[in-house]
This record gives sequence, structure tokens and C-alpha cells, in this order.
Amino acid sequence: MAVSLREYRARIKSTESMKKITRAMELIAASRIIKAQQRANAAAPYARELTRAVSAVATYSNVDHALTTEPEHAERAAVLVITSDRGLAGAYSSSVLREAEGLVEKLRAEGKQVDVYVSGRKGEAFYRFRGRDVVKAWTGHSDQPSYDIAREIGQVLISAFLSGEGAAEDGADEFPAVDEVHLVYTRFRSMLVQQPTAVRLLPLEVVEGVEAPDPDEVLPLYDFEPSGEAVLDALLPQYVQSRIWYALLQAAASELAARQKAMKSATDNAQELIKKYTRIANQARQAGITQEISEIVGGVNALADANAQND
Amino acid sequence: MAESSAYLTVELVAADRTVWSGEATMVIARTTEGDIGVLRGHQPTLSVLTDAVVEINPEEGPVVVATVDGGFLSVADDRVSILSEHALLAEEIDVDEARTELETARTLIGADDEAERRIRRAEARIRAVEKAS
Repeated sequence: MAVSLREYRARIKSTESMKKITRAMELIAASRIIKAQQRANAAAPYARELTRAVSAVATYSNVDHALTTEPEHAERAAVLVITSDRGLAGAYSSSVLREAEGLVEKLRAEGKQVDVYVSGRKGEAFYRFRGRDVVKAWTGHSDQPSYDIAREIGQVLISAFLSGEGAAEDGADEFPAVDEVHLVYTRFRSMLVQQPTAVRLLPLEVVEGVEAPDPDEVLPLYDFEPSGEAVLDALLPQYVQSRIWYALLQAAASELAARQKAMKSATDNAQELIKKYTRIANQARQAGITQEISEIVGGVNALADANAQND
Repeated sequence: MAESSAYLTVELVAADRTVWSGEATMVIARTTEGDIGVLRGHQPTLSVLTDAVVEINPEEGPVVVATVDGGFLSVADDRVSILSEHALLAEEIDVDEARTELETARTLIGADDEAERRIRRAEARIRAVEKAS
């Protein structure tokens, strides 16, 4: 009995130290999530103004651009999956990967080849483990993305998309040409709800944020400097990058929220375990005491019986 | 068109934050075609900016000077928005850092494609600080 009592005490101790760790992680995630939300909010004006500018060009000029043109036969698609770098965030990475798998399957069913691009170590590990090709992976920034990363990802995806137009078929391209680009990330709804989402990034569909002009209002004649094409040329890549930036920020906030939730339930479970083990340990201790008492009583009785026989 | 205010509503936004926003009488920026000054009632415009200084004359107070690393200027209905991946107000600029940057970039000319761009940016920053002081 004494051995198992010691064992239970050791278990309680290790559970306690685990609880300390999960509790600390919960608190860290909770404090970072506020910052992540602030960053997402701070980035909103840029995205809003950019959307406004893009829709202004789309509404007031008839310029076509390679990034907005639907290819006639889409044969190859790129999918960018945004996951986390680290685990211990509950189902965060696996649910976004499941969403990505669903999208890949759908694209394959449509007869398209799929190139996978990944952000975050967890996603990279997922595909490497399954022996599937990842065209490019960006890692090491999932909970605090910087705009530079978004720009880099944007440039790679845009160049892959544009080389599909037959413009740069010199074979020197690092990234295989694609006809469409999809983005899978986790949208931050609230602290409790994070939703894996798949959207098509390219070719662009510029619809959101357009204030439909009143029919009786005279359309303002926009002046494009240097020209509509040049403005669009500069604007659309920025727009794409800002969409990726937005997705990265949302994913970061979601990751932290998921981690906080997971760590909270881990802490609760640890507390529960400690309670259970303490009860068992108390029982074992009590059983040990009871046994000792009955041994002593038995011994005393045996002595008393022996003395009575001698008398 | 709505002529509600006597001022321009200006927003200077970078990718990660709003750098400056408020009412202003005039905005001066440099597009790829040359300098552009925007007053109230300006025609709707969308221009590409170069790495240069942007000046905003606010409704009251001293002139706001900032640098932008490229970006766009959009004007519509007396609303001016200046968008740039990266924008700095003059008081946020470290002049010494800009000067060192200018020196290093100058030595890189010819060797690095980015050198000219870095020179332009550093020069814009130094100019912005000089203008603001």
C-alpha cells in the first residue's frame, strides 16, 4: 500500500507541473490574442481603402488586366494553406488542413492539377509526412506575421499565376504556372468561433466594397495617372498582397484563440486529474492506516490470549 | 456630389496602421508623373506614387510631412486617401539612420538593383525631416 501511495503522490506532482505549463501557455495566448486582434484591426483601413481604389478602377474604367481575366481552361490550380508553426492549439491546424484537403479533392475532381503552397510548420509537416509535394513553404511567423511575408507570398503566387498566361515561358521559372490560386485559412469570428475558410484569390473577382452608383447620379470621371493600365498594374498586386496579409492576420488571431481554448481545457483536465489522484491517494493512505491499526489490535489480542492461557 | 465639409478628409494609411487621418486644406504628393496638389473639389483621381515626401496641410496646426514607399493617391468626393505599404511621419524618421542608409546604398550602385530605390527612399526621408523642421 505504501508503494502505491508514493506512486500516486508522484503522479499528482507531475500533473501539477503540467498544469502550471498549460496555464502559462493559456495566459500567454490570451495576452497575445489581444495584440493580434489589434493588428488585424489596424490593417483594416489599408485593406478598405485598397478595395475602394480597386473597385473605383473596376467601376470607372474598362481596363482588363491579366490578374482579373478568367482562363478558358483551368488546368492547374495553386492552393495556399495557412497553418500554424506550433501545435498545442487543439484542432486548429487539423481543421484547416481538412478544409484544404476538401478543396484539393474538389479541384482534382474538376480535372485540375493541384500545387500546394504552405505557410506554417504544421502544414509543411503534414504534407511531408504523407510524401506529397509542397511547392514552397514559409515558416516561422504564424503567430506574428509581418507584411514582408505577405508580400513575398503574394509575389510568388502572382508570378506563378502570370506565368500561366504564356508571358514568361522561359523555363527559368521556379514555380509551376497555374491558372487559379486558392487560399485556405482560418477566419477569426470570435474568441470561441474560428472557421476554416477557402476562397479563390486569383483570378480576382472585384465585387466587394463597391458602392453601386445611383442611377441618377453623374458618374465621376476618374483621372488615372499615368494611365488606367498602369494604375491597375500597380494596384492589383498590392490588393492580392493585402488579401494574403489579411488572411495571415486572421489566421494568427485564430491560432492564438484556438491555443488559448485548448490550453484552458488542458488546465481544467489537469485540475480534474489532480482531484482524482488526491482522492485515490487519500483512500490508499486511509487503507494503510486501517490495516496498521487492525494489525496492532490483532497483535494485542493475540498477546492477551496467550497471557490468559498461561495464567 | 456631396459638398458637406469645407475641408478634405484625408487618410494616410500604411499596410499595418493608419498613419494620419483628419481634415486638411491641401495635400501635396509626388506621383510618377510629377507633383500633384489636391484642394477641395478636385477631380476624382487615382495615381501611382513614387517613393517620396507627402505633405498634408491640416485644418489647423503645422504641416504634416511624411514619406511613403510607393503607393497610391486616390481622390474622390473631397476624400483623399494615400495608401502605401510603408509610410512614416517626419517625426518618426531617424535622420542618422537615413543618412547611413544613403551612404551604404550609394556604394552599392551598379552591384545591387535595389540600390537606386534605397537611395530614393533615404533621400525622401532626409528631405521630409528637413521640411518638417
